[in-house]
Amino acid sequence: MLRLPFLRSIPQVTRAATLGGRTVVTGAPEKVEVFIDGQPVLVDPGTTVLQAAAMVGVEIPRFCYHERLSVAGNCRMCLVEVEKSAKPVAACAMPVMKGWRIKTNSELTRKAREGVMEFLLVNHPLDCPICDQGGECDLQDQSMTFGSDRSRFTDITFSGKRAVEDKNVGPLIKTIMTRCIHCTRCIRFGSEVAGVDDLGTTGRGGDMQVGTYVEKMFLSELSGNVIDLCPVGALTSKPYAFMARPWETRKTDSIDVMDAVGSNIFVTHRTGEVLRVLPRTHEEINEEWLSDKSRFACDGLKRQRLVSPMVRDSNGKLVMVEWEDALVAVARALQSAKGDELAAIVGGFADAEALVVLKDMLNTLGSESLCTEEIFPMDGAGTDLRSNYLLNSTIAGVEEADVVLLIGTNTRFEAPLFNARLRKAWINNDLRVATVGPKVDLTYETENLGDSVQVLKDLAEGRHAFSKVLNGAKRPVIVVGSGALQREDGAAIFQLTQRIAQNARVASNVSHDWRVLNVLHRVASQVAALDLGYKAGIEAIRAKPPKVLFLLGADEGAISRHHGDRGAAMADAVLPGAAYTEKPATYVNMEGRAQQTFAAITAPGLAREDWKILRALGEVVGVKLPYDTLTQVRARLTEVSPNLTRYGDVEAANYFAQAVELAKLVKAQPSSAPLDVRQKTLEDFYMTDSISRASPTMAKCVQAVKKQRQSKY
Amino acid sequence: MALTKLSLFTRPNLSVQSLSVASTRFNTTTTAPPAKTKFGPLKDEDRIFTNLYGRHDWRLQGALKRGDWYKTKEILLKGVDWILNEVKKSGLRGRGGAGFPSGMKWSFMNKPSDGRPKYLVVNADEGEPGTCKDREIMRHDPHKLIEGCLIAGRAMGARAAYIYIRGEFYNEGTNVQVAIHEAYKQGLIGKNACGSGYDFDVFVHRGAGAYICGEETALIESLEGKQGKPRLKPPFPADIGVFGCPTTVANVETVAVAPTICRRGGDWFVGFGRPRNSGTKLFNISGHVNNPCTVEEEMSIPLRELIERHARGVIGGWDNLLAVIPGGSSTPMIPRKVCDDVLMDFDALVAAQTGLGTAALIVMNKQTDVIRAIARLIEFYKHESCGQCTPCREGTGWMNKIMYRFVEGNAKPEEIDMLWELSKQIEGHTICALGDGAAWPVQGLIRHFRPEIEARMKSFAERQQCQKVAA
Repeated sequence: MLRLPFLRSIPQVTRAATLGGRTVVTGAPEKVEVFIDGQPVLVDPGTTVLQAAAMVGVEIPRFCYHERLSVAGNCRMCLVEVEKSAKPVAACAMPVMKGWRIKTNSELTRKAREGVMEFLLVNHPLDCPICDQGGECDLQDQSMTFGSDRSRFTDITFSGKRAVEDKNVGPLIKTIMTRCIHCTRCIRFGSEVAGVDDLGTTGRGGDMQVGTYVEKMFLSELSGNVIDLCPVGALTSKPYAFMARPWETRKTDSIDVMDAVGSNIFVTHRTGEVLRVLPRTHEEINEEWLSDKSRFACDGLKRQRLVSPMVRDSNGKLVMVEWEDALVAVARALQSAKGDELAAIVGGFADAEALVVLKDMLNTLGSESLCTEEIFPMDGAGTDLRSNYLLNSTIAGVEEADVVLLIGTNTRFEAPLFNARLRKAWINNDLRVATVGPKVDLTYETENLGDSVQVLKDLAEGRHAFSKVLNGAKRPVIVVGSGALQREDGAAIFQLTQRIAQNARVASNVSHDWRVLNVLHRVASQVAALDLGYKAGIEAIRAKPPKVLFLLGADEGAISRHHGDRGAAMADAVLPGAAYTEKPATYVNMEGRAQQTFAAITAPGLAREDWKILRALGEVVGVKLPYDTLTQVRARLTEVSPNLTRYGDVEAANYFAQAVELAKLVKAQPSSAPLDVRQKTLEDFYMTDSISRASPTMAKCVQAVKKQRQSKY
Repeated sequence: MALTKLSLFTRPNLSVQSLSVASTRFNTTTTAPPAKTKFGPLKDEDRIFTNLYGRHDWRLQGALKRGDWYKTKEILLKGVDWILNEVKKSGLRGRGGAGFPSGMKWSFMNKPSDGRPKYLVVNADEGEPGTCKDREIMRHDPHKLIEGCLIAGRAMGARAAYIYIRGEFYNEGTNVQVAIHEAYKQGLIGKNACGSGYDFDVFVHRGAGAYICGEETALIESLEGKQGKPRLKPPFPADIGVFGCPTTVANVETVAVAPTICRRGGDWFVGFGRPRNSGTKLFNISGHVNNPCTVEEEMSIPLRELIERHARGVIGGWDNLLAVIPGGSSTPMIPRKVCDDVLMDFDALVAAQTGLGTAALIVMNKQTDVIRAIARLIEFYKHESCGQCTPCREGTGWMNKIMYRFVEGNAKPEEIDMLWELSKQIEGHTICALGDGAAWPVQGLIRHFRPEIEARMKSFAERQQCQKVAA
C-alpha cells in the first residue's frame, strides 16, 4: 500500500518492472494472445486479466482496483476462473500468460463473486435507506448484479454485525466507518496522489480499521476525492450529507473557475439549487480529481449574492432599484465622461463573452483603458506573444518532464491538480523539482534554491550550481507563478525567467515542440482577457484615475458582479451578474484551452448574465453592439481571437526566442526583496476569492486546519 | 511458522516415464534393489540434529565436536552448481509446510544478475500451533542453521541472510545471536567466509508476534518495517523480494539440513523415506500422548509407530485415540481409522485428505471435545487474520461465530452444510494461505465428525424444549 515512496530508492530497472506490469519484461514486447470467454485478444505482456477483459468489453466487477491507484488486490471481487488453474485468480493483479483461457462468467467465477459479496455484506450495515451513497453505491449495484438473492447470515440473531466508531477527519469528509469494506482506496489515494500519509490501517483481521490512528484532520487540498473513490458510503461529503438522492438531481457539465486549471466538473442541482460539484474526467486536465476548493466552495454561490441592481442614493446608501433605473443611472455616468475618462477593471471570474462585450462597448465609447486586476509585465514582448503568458508545456505535458524549476509559486495551492501531475511525474519518472521562493511543502521532494532574486540572476547567467542540472536535462520545464509577477520588479523577474528557459532550451537540445517556459496563472479569467487584448495590471488606471470606473467582478464606480464583496461596497451602482454555474460561458485555462460552462440553474433574483447586462447597457448608452444572441457574441469572439471558441483544444504558442530578444528591452531592475508566495500552508488555500470567501464550508476548513495545527499530532 | 499450500505440489509426468521404460533393455541377470517397504526407526548415526535435546554444548566448541563447520570451505569451493545438484539429488522438500522442492526453489535465484543484491531470508517465525521444531534447532544447534545459511546463501548467490525470528523466541534469538558472533569471530561468516573468498553476512531480526508474518511475503513486508500483510504474487520474491531485491524465503529446518546433505551427499539423504518424500524430518508430537516430544525420524514412518515408539503411545491406549491433526493446526484432522496405517509423508497424507504441513502431530484422545478443539483453532485464525483481503477477514470471523455455537449445539443441522460451503468460499480465494489454513480444520471436522455435531445440536434442542416445558 505505502510502497511507492520506497520505490525511489531501488534501481531504475526494477522500478520499471514493479510499477509497470508487475512482471519483469525484457526485450521487445511481443503481443500475447489470450481468450476472454472464448474471444481472442492480443495484449502486451504484463497486461492484467482485468485490462485484457476490458479490451474486449468485458467488465469485471471490482472494489479495490482503481486505474489511477496502485493495485491492492484485496477485495477479491475480481476473481475469475482461468482454465487449468485450480484456484480462481485476482483479475486486477494477475498478468496474463500466453494462451490463457479466462472465463468471466463461468460457474466457478460466479460462485467466487457471490462468496466475496456475501462476506462483504456480513459486516456491512443494512442502512442503505439512510446512507448518502445510496443510488450511487458500488456495493449496492454489484450486490444486485453478482450477489445472492437472500442472506444466510444466521448469526445476526446471535451476535450481530461489526460496529466501528466513526472518525472525525475534518469538515469535508463524513465518515461512517461501520460501512467500510477495507478496499484501501482512500489510503492509496492519500499516499500516492495527494502525498499525505495521514490515512492508514490499524488493527488486523476483523478489527482492522481505516483511519488516522490518532484523531486528526485529513490535511490535503485534494481530500474530497476520497469521497468519490470510496465504493461504499463510508466516506461521504459532509456538506452534502442528507441533502439529496442522486436520482432526484440533475447533472450539468461545466468548468471550474476557482483556479486557472479549468477542471472539468459536473454541477449537481435540484430545483434551482446547486447541491454539489463533482469532477468530470478530462485526462489532459484534472484526470478524475478535483481540488477541495472547486468541490466544496459551491455553497458560497448561495450566500452574499447580489440579487438586485443597486444605486447609491443621496444619503450615500446603496438601495435596490429596478434594472431600468440602474441601467439609466449607469448610462448617464458613462455618457458624462469623455472617452479616456472611462476605464474598466476585470476580475478573476469574468468570462470571455462578458470580456469581449465590455471591451467592444468601452472601445466604441473611446476608451482603451481596459485592464485585468491580475498583473502581468507588459514590458518587452508583454502579452503580445501568446507564448509569454501560457502554461506552454500543458498540464499533462509536465508528466514527461525530467527537471522542473518552480519560480515564486506554490503550485500545491495555486493549482492543486497541476501539482498532483508534478507529483505523479515525480513518482513515476524520477522527476527532479527545484523551487525558487519560500520553502513550502509540495508533497514531494524539492530542492529549494533560496528565495532571493539573485538566484534567478545566477541561473540566467549559468553561474548557479543548478544550471548544470537544467542544462543536462532532457526535458526541462520552467514554471513562473503569476504571483511572482505581481511585484514591482515583475518585468525583471519575467525577463530572467525567460532567459533561464531559453538557456535550458538551447542547452538541453530538446525537439522543437517541447516548450520550456510556463506561466502559472491563479485566476480563471486571465488568459481569455489577455487573448482579447486587455492590459494586465491597473497601474495605468492608478496613475491616471478615471472619472468612471467599470469593475467587472473586480475588487477594487459602476460594477457588474455576482458577489457582494469588497468591490460592491464602494460602487456607486451595482449590476448583479450570474456566477459560472448559472450561465453558458467561455473560460480559457492556463494552458490556453478554451472550455465552456453550461447553465445549471438560473441566476438568483434579478441577476443576469454579464454579457447581456453589458449589451443592454450599451443600448441605453447608445452604443449599438452588433450581437443579440450568444452565438453572435461567440462569432465576435472568434473574430477577435479564433482560439477562444475552439473548445477543448490547446493552441500551441511559439516565438520563445523572439520573446527573449524583445525582453532585452526591459529596463526594470530586480529588487532585493525575496520572492514570496501568498498561499503558504493549507489554511491559506481555502478562502481566496469572492465565492470561497462567502462559503461557510471553506470557513470551517480554515478553522479546522488552524485547530489541527495546535494539536500535537 | 508455516502455512501449508498443498496445491503447490508438482506431479511427475507419467507419460515420459513409460516412454523411457520402453527404450530400456531389460537385464535379467541383475535384480533391481528391492523397493524399501519399512521406514524408521532412524539409526542414531543417521541423525542430523544430534543435539536436539540440548544435552551437549550448543556453542561453537560443541558444534565443532558434532561435525558442524567441517570442511565448509571445501563445500563452498565446489561451487554453486555442485551444491544445487546435491540438494536436488537429495529430494529435499521445504520443511515449512508447503513442501516445495528446495533445489528447484534455490535455483530460481540463479538468473543473470541485474545489479541488485540477492538475499536469503530464513523463516524462523515458527507460530503454527503444535509446531516446535525450529526453536529446538535454534536453541540447541544454532550453528547448523548459520552454516546452512552460508551454504544455501552460496547456492543462490545471496549477499546476506536475514533470520526472522518469532518475537516470543527470546532465548532462541539470543542463542542464534551468540552463535553468529562466534561464527564472525572465527571468520566462518562475514568477509571471506571460511576462507572461501565469499562474503556473507547473517542478521537476526525479531518479529513482534504475528502469526501471519510467517507467510513469506508478509515476512518480507515485516522485515522491511511495514505491517505484516502478504503481498500479491506475482511478482514472486525471487523477482522482487525484500527491499525490492531477489529473495528466497526458506524454513529453518530446510536451511539447517543443507550442510549435512552436502557433507554426506544427496544420495544418503534420498535413501530415507519413499520416493519424492525423502529424508529425515523433525516430528513434534503433542496432545494426549504419554510423552510429548520432538524427534528426528525417517520420512514415511507410519503414524502409529511414530506415536507409540517416541511418545509412548496415546493416553488410554491406541483404542482411546479419537483423531490426529498430522501437520500443525492448519491441516485437516484424520480420525483413528485413518491413523491406523497412514504413513507420515507428503503424498500419503494428501491421499488421506490432509497434509504433512510442518509435521506437528496434535493427538486427541476420546476425552477431547473435538468441536471445541476446532473452534479454538478457528478463534486463533480469526485473531491472526491480517484483515487485508475480504474472504479471510470476514470469513474467519463468521466461521468463529458459527463454530462456537456448534460447541454448544445452538444451531440447525443445515448450518453444517453452510459452514462447509463458507469454508470452501474462503479456501483458494485469498491472497495468502492463511485462509486455506483456517478453512481446512473446519473441513476436517465436518468430514469426519458430522454425527458428533448433529448429536450435540439435538441434545441442545432437547434441553431447550425441556426448559420451555418446565417454564
